[in-house]
Amino acid sequence: MAYAYTPFPYSPPPGLTAPEPRHPVVIVGAGPIGLSMAVDLALRGVRSVVLDDNNVVSLGSRAICWAKRTLEIFDRLGIGERILEKGVTWKVGRQFHGEQEVYNFDLLPEPGHKYPAFVNLQQYYVEEYLIARAQEFPDQIDLRFLNKVTDHKGHADHVELTIETPDGPYRLETDWYIACDGAGSATRKRMNLPFEGQTFDEHFLIADVEMETSPFGDHDTPERWFWFAPPFHNGQSALLHKQPDNIYRIDLQLGPETDPKAEATEEKVVPRLKQMLGDAPFRLDWMSVYKFRCARLERFVHDRVVFVGDSAHVVSPFGARGGNGGVQDVDNLGWKLAAVVQGDAPPSLIESYDFERGHGADENMRNSARATNFMTPKSPIETLFRNEVLTLAAKHPFARKLINSGRLSQPCTLAHSPLQTAGDAPLRPGSALIDAPLVGPAGDCWLLGAVQGQFALLAVGEITAPDLPGLARIGIDQSHDAYPCFQGKDDHAQRRYGSGFLYLLRPDGHVCAVFDQPDSAAIARAYDRAKGATA
Amino acid sequence: MILEDNLGAEGDSVYAALMAAHEGLSEAESHALNARLVLILANELGVPARLAALFKAARDLA
Repeated sequence: MAYAYTPFPYSPPPGLTAPEPRHPVVIVGAGPIGLSMAVDLALRGVRSVVLDDNNVVSLGSRAICWAKRTLEIFDRLGIGERILEKGVTWKVGRQFHGEQEVYNFDLLPEPGHKYPAFVNLQQYYVEEYLIARAQEFPDQIDLRFLNKVTDHKGHADHVELTIETPDGPYRLETDWYIACDGAGSATRKRMNLPFEGQTFDEHFLIADVEMETSPFGDHDTPERWFWFAPPFHNGQSALLHKQPDNIYRIDLQLGPETDPKAEATEEKVVPRLKQMLGDAPFRLDWMSVYKFRCARLERFVHDRVVFVGDSAHVVSPFGARGGNGGVQDVDNLGWKLAAVVQGDAPPSLIESYDFERGHGADENMRNSARATNFMTPKSPIETLFRNEVLTLAAKHPFARKLINSGRLSQPCTLAHSPLQTAGDAPLRPGSALIDAPLVGPAGDCWLLGAVQGQFALLAVGEITAPDLPGLARIGIDQSHDAYPCFQGKDDHAQRRYGSGFLYLLRPDGHVCAVFDQPDSAAIARAYDRAKGATA
Repeated sequence: MILEDNLGAEGDSVYAALMAAHEGLSEAESHALNARLVLILANELGVPARLAALFKAARDLA
């Protein structure tokens, strides 16, 4: 059944009748990124106004593949379990050349994690859950639908906005303007900021179909299937994913010489899909014809305007690095912005968001551009090598790993960030935390749930976490009265974190320093550094 | 990277073996064989920095 869109209510904002006091944070755009940003800030006690020109959730499923790290962030924001329950869990990708399977990969072969490698769930559900969650913070989050930002003007310490509503225009002032207004960001255009990178010539059809019988055939285990030269689609490529509600995502490569307007019609799309789906009845739920590009802003921070998600960087979809990259932006910026707004850190800490997530955007662009290049060779010689990789792959294992239909989203390392302190331990500084099952005083729980969201010292094995101001403490495989201690289950925590180490953790769940001695002075130095103190 | 002679007395026989590998193939088939061969040799060598130097040495004569 098609998703039932319910419009969210508009109410006239106070600024229409009298000037509003300056807000600490205004978030422009109520997509998954803007809403996640608002919830993250609310959890830290920071108020925000969220402005959106629309009043319904995402039209069409759009982003559907939510990666493990994103799910762990959503867990911290309070919607992870809902997404897991509704969504389709998968971890295996299969790649075909013609009818023959040439390679498959398992993205999470070992157990001991709360969240799977991937959950597929339509963007409209994710937005619906985020809005419901945001509404649980009525004192922190002021959601304003049908509020379209038509102009903004940046100053050294604040930004002025002009906003159009059904009742006319009004103005707002904010200390921080967070632009979550997507790939076509009006904020970016008003500021005339170059958005440069690589555009791919190929057109792709993206379609969602609802059907009772599975296009995965007898093999109806949710997986990611990708075909080079599929037998049902002349000579190009195809991708198949399962979503909840019997909806399947199909991407078909259409080639460069395509009229996107003519292709995005039922008369053209239905016959194409029938070649793939056969005679089984289906309903076309949503479709779009795209060209992809990889592009980014040179800087994500412009005084008090901060770009987050697609407004800052876009990638081609192969690898699921768009929405997932944006949620990692939120995770990185949330605690920093809260610390600055609350006076716990200098405004310069926001610069580290530019450095760290700029690095992440480069990694995501590099990976998705390589995959798109492999899929859409742009010269006869690229085609030759691509085809010979596929030929070799049928026989020789080394070539299977060269097949690139998308390297799927992984958290990127922050090891080169100035906020990190170098050190050596099983999980090194800059790494995202790896989850592990624990048993604590209140029963079974997960490592990430116990530590994420705050600066914390994690002590594993025979080492004591010293008491330092501002730092939470937890212990694993040890026993102390001063802080909560847990036992690792099935050795997962011990294998992932070793024994006899102290890990200094950032609120975004990354290791920022490691110690094999409880050296309070060294820990305090690393903590100051992680909060952006300049040496 | 080795650009001095590394095949010694076997140079002629290695060259002949390479020609024999192409024997009877169409030009398109030979190009495909060469592409497979480059990929196989790259994996055999397995050292990205050395490969980059080899790619450059070949490219410099283009």
